[in-house]
Amino acid sequence: MTKGQGVLGIFSYVDSTVEAIRNLKKAGYKDIKAFSPVPNHEIEEELKERESIVRFFTLTGGTLGAICGISFTVLTSLSWPIQTSAKPIVSLPPYMIIVFELTVLLGGLATLLGLLINARLRKNIPFSLYDPRFSEDKFGVLVVCKKDEVRDVEGILKSSGAEEIKFEGI
Amino acid sequence: MSQETTITYSKVNEDIIKMLDKPTVKWWALFVFDLIVLGIGLLCFLYQVYTGLGVAGYSHPVFWAVYITNFVFWVGIAHSGTLISAILFLFRARFRMSIYRIAEAMTVFAVLTAGLFPIIHLGRPWNFYWLIPYPNQRELWVNFRSPLIWDVFAVSTYLTISSVFFFVGMIPDIAAIRDRVKEVPRKIIYTILSLGWKGSNWEWMHYTRAYLYLAAFATPLVISVHSVVSWDFAMANTPGWHTTIFAPYFVAGAIFSGLAMVITLVVPIRRIFHLEKYITISNFEAMAKMIILTSLIVSYAYGVEFFMAWYSGNPYEWEQFKYRATGDYAFFYWLMVFCNSLVPVLLWFKKIRTNIKALFIISLFINIGMWFERFNIIVISLSHEFMPSTWNLYKVSLVELGITAGSFAWFFMFFLLFIKTLPAVSIAELKEILPAPVKEAKTK
Repeated sequence: MTKGQGVLGIFSYVDSTVEAIRNLKKAGYKDIKAFSPVPNHEIEEELKERESIVRFFTLTGGTLGAICGISFTVLTSLSWPIQTSAKPIVSLPPYMIIVFELTVLLGGLATLLGLLINARLRKNIPFSLYDPRFSEDKFGVLVVCKKDEVRDVEGILKSSGAEEIKFEGI
Repeated sequence: MSQETTITYSKVNEDIIKMLDKPTVKWWALFVFDLIVLGIGLLCFLYQVYTGLGVAGYSHPVFWAVYITNFVFWVGIAHSGTLISAILFLFRARFRMSIYRIAEAMTVFAVLTAGLFPIIHLGRPWNFYWLIPYPNQRELWVNFRSPLIWDVFAVSTYLTISSVFFFVGMIPDIAAIRDRVKEVPRKIIYTILSLGWKGSNWEWMHYTRAYLYLAAFATPLVISVHSVVSWDFAMANTPGWHTTIFAPYFVAGAIFSGLAMVITLVVPIRRIFHLEKYITISNFEAMAKMIILTSLIVSYAYGVEFFMAWYSGNPYEWEQFKYRATGDYAFFYWLMVFCNSLVPVLLWFKKIRTNIKALFIISLFINIGMWFERFNIIVISLSHEFMPSTWNLYKVSLVELGITAGSFAWFFMFFLLFIKTLPAVSIAELKEILPAPVKEAKTK
């Protein structure tokens, strides 16, 4: 079952792109996405997405790493308790190095996982509604709307400066 | 970039992706030569495995020598990559953008090289996995109080995180290559590697956050890794090693040597691929200034070591430092001081630090000086410990030289493959420092 009709406007300028998003929002369209060759604050500001939740992945991974590090060192020392010199079986200062390294390791890997899951890199948008020039020098605005709204969306995109328009069922 | 206004987004794509064109005859010649040197190194290693560590020139009491010197040298080289990519990213230093990809690649390949040496240094290298804690029938676990185990954790974490950071940074650029290349096999490979990146605002939002957090993790990691490497020495009571300044001294030295290696690598790449408009003199000047700072820290550490040895009143420590400056290995000690403390003084002059040829030559001196710094710390300290009856000299063997040359070939093999398969300059970040294309500017 299709979600609706995808209308993609291709722009050469960032200000035209921002203007198109603004006009589409004014007209009441909500499902809007933008493409750009670089991250752009004006576009980000206009679309006002909620804060990325990758940070929770980072925090969870880091915390898990720290817990793993402390449990691993302490429990393995207790499992084979050989006293050397007058050192305690559980020597926390050197174990902190392992704890730190595992915090960074699992925190970093969880951040990567957070990026892969949240950005939904493969599933985000169909390639039919993508233009290879977006990775070069063009900007894009993609609107998902009802079939009867297509002409209106096309008009807004064109009046804002879109140079090309593509249509596709989503 | 000096000519920001004349460079457009599409010109950046064109120039950087052009670097991935079919390799030239010169590239192939260099690659084959590199493989031959690597082959010699491999043969030397196999000979050592077959014959035993005796061929490595070790003689009592020097059982850590060129291999551990190489290990510390390559770990050190790895450091400035993350400094440039992560720490300078957090400080929003714009000059990093044109050089950070090369520095990051250097980091990953240098860690891959460094990681070989503790294994090469083992008498029975096939048992290297004993260093990794894994469940076993006898319930034996590694000794977490040992600095060598800290090394295993630190270096493997560093390799993993710097590889992740390196790869994540490349995703948008790989997508740009995917969108440009026509040949089917390359298209498929870049399509897989780009993970479906399309540059939507949604992707950029998560991407910039993830990149920031990775940079925040990589920053303390850089400092921890070389501190841990320094503790391999500082935890022992060997005169010349047992000092609290080792961690900051090693970290500064690592950044110092890494920056020199970045210059050594970037200068020829810039010239061969005509990247003068992207990697400018001011980029080099900024690196030269960081070299001045780290050279001063390293030189200060050389002085403080001597002062502490004298002021502590510890006869063993003082004897060790007198021996360093005037003993059998004095030439290497003063070579180190010349390369690391005196030669970088030239960079105080703007005319020299903005001259690419001069910078390249100075960077070579620093590379040599930093290798000998590690050699001096390791070999001189061990050959002149507490008991005069144990003092002995170490002489490097041909096998060690062959393996050392092989390690350089191993590093450059990855590097040569990298510059022909992946974008050596960040396309997306270069565009970030260009003015965004606006209609208003066009109509004006």
